[in-house]
Amino acid sequence: MKFDIYDFTSFTQWIDQSLRSVMAPFWVMITEMAIIGVAILAFYALVGLFLVYAERKVCAFMQNRVGPNRVGPYGIFQTIADLIKLLMKELVYIKNADKLLFNIAPFIVITASFLAIAAIPFAKGLHAIDFNIGIFYVIAVSSLGVIGILLAGWSSNSKYSLIGAMRSGAQIVSYELSVGLSLITMVILAGSMQLSTIVEAQANGWFIFTGHIPAIIAFVIFLIASTAETNRGPFDLAEAESELTAGFHTEYSGIRFAFFFLAEYMNMFIVASIAATIFWGGWMPFHVPGWEGFNTVMDYIPPFLWYIGKTAFMIFILMWFKWTFPRLRIDQLLTLEWKYLLPINLFNVVLMAFVVLMGWHW
Amino acid sequence: MRGFINYFSGMFNGILSLLKGMGVTGKYFFTSPKTIVTQQYPENRKTLEMFDSYKGEVTMPHNENNEHKCTACGICQINCPNGSIEIVSREVVNEEGKKRKELDKHLYNIGQCSFCGLCIKTCPSNALAWGQEFEHSMFTRDKFIKTLNHEGSKLMQKKGVE
Repeated sequence: MKFDIYDFTSFTQWIDQSLRSVMAPFWVMITEMAIIGVAILAFYALVGLFLVYAERKVCAFMQNRVGPNRVGPYGIFQTIADLIKLLMKELVYIKNADKLLFNIAPFIVITASFLAIAAIPFAKGLHAIDFNIGIFYVIAVSSLGVIGILLAGWSSNSKYSLIGAMRSGAQIVSYELSVGLSLITMVILAGSMQLSTIVEAQANGWFIFTGHIPAIIAFVIFLIASTAETNRGPFDLAEAESELTAGFHTEYSGIRFAFFFLAEYMNMFIVASIAATIFWGGWMPFHVPGWEGFNTVMDYIPPFLWYIGKTAFMIFILMWFKWTFPRLRIDQLLTLEWKYLLPINLFNVVLMAFVVLMGWHW
Repeated sequence: MRGFINYFSGMFNGILSLLKGMGVTGKYFFTSPKTIVTQQYPENRKTLEMFDSYKGEVTMPHNENNEHKCTACGICQINCPNGSIEIVSREVVNEEGKKRKELDKHLYNIGQCSFCGLCIKTCPSNALAWGQEFEHSMFTRDKFIKTLNHEGSKLMQKKGVE
């Protein structure tokens, strides 16, 4: 067995072969699924906890505050304390709520974001499932979350929840278009929907540099649309404290509320990873064609660190948006999508097709 | 044509102003340890200095000869909306045989005070002032009643009068 930090393929194959030597192929598949499931679940929980802490710190620094600093050094255990509190809280049952739908709605939301993680390439060979339609799968799966949101609003039997859910639904369905079209723009450039192929195609320069202006436009649109799709500020219309309290999760308490909360942060992580993978090269190190010495130095940094760094930067930008911009009204939000982003996006797809047709990309 | 120009100029102006806003918050973020304004209260209580306009408590300033300006007129007691001030006066006879009212005790109940400042504003001889002390919690209620004039203090004699 050879554990290589630059290429996990041999490591995963070693696990597969050693499992195959002790059990039947069917049980190998089941065991591998269980291992990956547990690994992703642990990763999901850790990243979720860390992102909540990071958001509170970033927000505090942007507002000239200190942020959490009481539990542990620099407050790093604050979110763990919050989690314990949420786990011990009473789950309030709403009298006239639709019990079944009310209970499964948080799980639908969290499953949708959980499914999307499977398709994200973390490093070379560290990739749960490599579909040949990876981007399509991610778009499809991440839009399942809106069903959970609508169910949560509908089943709570509360006007706040219903209006909040309708707003979130309208917002997510609208911005889904822009996310999809901006990714299609990049699919035209990459010539493939497979995420591993897309990352490999960026070995000689990330798409944001090689794709010229249409790639930059697509990136900006993706950033705006994905902020809206994850229901984060400045597009967090569902959470209008003064008129709708907390939107679709008004009636939820305890750990069920925490599921919505966690799903929101994990959606942010997924969106940031997709942006890092499609536009900034994923785990691919920074290469400049022709500079051999520079490229080999860059190759010494493990791909996993490249991936984490790029994703962290994208998450920071999303947090920067949230803590800088004023919130939009619902009509302004839909105006932005249907009158500005969608026409620009359609034009951008044509522009990118033209650039690729003329061979102007590197 | 004008609509077309407005469409694009509005878009670019919007983007510019958004970037300007991000510049402000970004500056705060990257210079954060210097720009933090939050007071780390229990840790810094030795060095913490409240600003001059802070309404912590009502005090009666005394000069170095243990003299105050209160003439025991009772206007602060009348003006206090919560009845938290009580003035105890005594009669003294001076060497010419004239009777005069003098301040014995200026009793101030901080437990009833709403920090409106009417006593300080209406005092005709400017005998009262705001103090910056704010840690007032006590275990029993009678400790809230403070005597503002110091032990054995006298009225400050104005020059040229009498």
